Amino acid sequence: MTEHEQYAEDLALYAVDALRGEERAKLDQHLSTCAACRLELEQLRGDTALLALTASGPRPPRRARQRLLEAIEREPRRAAARETTTGKGWWGWLGWAATAAVVIFALSLWRENSALKSVAESANSRAAESSRQLEELRRVAAPLLEPEAQRVTLVAAKTPPQPQGKAFYLRNRNSLVFLANNMPPLPQQKAYELWLIPKSGSPIPAGVFRPDANGSATVVNPPLPAGVEAKAFAITVEKDTGSPVPTSPILMMGAAGE
Amino acid sequence: MPADLAMVTGLKAGDHGAMADLYDRYSSVVYAVALRVLGDTGAAEDVLQEVFLQLWRNPSAFDAARGSLASWLAVITRNRAIDSLRKRRPETDIEDVVLSVAPDLAAEADRARAAEKVRGLMGTMPAGQRGALEMAYWEGMSHSEIANKTGEPLGTVKTRIRAGLIALRKAFQT
Repeated sequence: MTEHEQYAEDLALYAVDALRGEERAKLDQHLSTCAACRLELEQLRGDTALLALTASGPRPPRRARQRLLEAIEREPRRAAARETTTGKGWWGWLGWAATAAVVIFALSLWRENSALKSVAESANSRAAESSRQLEELRRVAAPLLEPEAQRVTLVAAKTPPQPQGKAFYLRNRNSLVFLANNMPPLPQQKAYELWLIPKSGSPIPAGVFRPDANGSATVVNPPLPAGVEAKAFAITVEKDTGSPVPTSPILMMGAAGE
Repeated sequence: MPADLAMVTGLKAGDHGAMADLYDRYSSVVYAVALRVLGDTGAAEDVLQEVFLQLWRNPSAFDAARGSLASWLAVITRNRAIDSLRKRRPETDIEDVVLSVAPDLAAEADRARAAEKVRGLMGTMPAGQRGALEMAYWEGMSHSEIANKTGEPLGTVKTRIRAGLIALRKAFQT
């Protein structure tokens, strides 16, 4: 019996909220790491929707409509605040890496959307859907990319802030997002340059940046050759227009994980 | 589906008219589900208010890419009604309720046809399977409670509930 088969019946119980206690907790844990079982749960919930729709009866009393409309009149609009809260449950663990993946995916969608605009009318509905998804993903990514977003790096107490960079690279999409914190200010006409160090060959320029007043900076999707496998990323100080090859010692470097 | 999307977009923009349209379109589904679970018109009306208010407060919880708003509202309503029936705090946030449903159920006529088909299928299920599914779904009983009530082994209850749901799915795949 595979792990998924083991959970098959519990997923059905979960979909109708008939699974409780330890079994539910165990399945929750499995769902947090298993996309196949999450998909199966979505389908089982869809099956329960068919069951729900068999309910029939009188329409709600007329007063219910007025009661609702009066209630929403009194309701402060909290959509914006709500949308910035962190998702609970399965999404809570994703963290930085997944958020960056979302950013990269958003950028890919952006490109895809641009392409879709030029295709035949039959693709229009898909383009609209892509736009909607893009807008949603932009919203999710906003805290990473908007200049006014507060960026906070937590370190051990009494530790002076250290320069820190995080690169998120998706080779098959040719997309890169780089975020930096606590970067020391630079003289005028100087800038930091990010380098993609390939498995073989010379360092490839991956964007030039100057930190803001808080020492933060972002590089999003710099021009890169297609499909290069990264061994590491590095930062040097170069002239503010960038350099095709590193001309100063490496200040920061990080090896790319497998 | 475009109508669902337009109404939810309106909600996101704080458009009260969109909420009124959405209510006019789906309140009968929501009320029917709540009433089926609770059997009390006052309690069903309270659940109806709660479900629509939650959607007003958090319209992004509904993912239009995954299925019709009718299906999603029906599932959310059933869950809230069961919580109310069993006098327990909601166990699942509405934004965590993601579902995927094949038939397009946006139109009332489509929903009526689908409901008729499901009723027909339920009628052909073995009584034990139908009973287990209904006790779990409409009464909110856990599999242990169902096993205690029916005297069936836990494993049998689990198998019956899953088989019942899969049978519903297959009926709409052909």
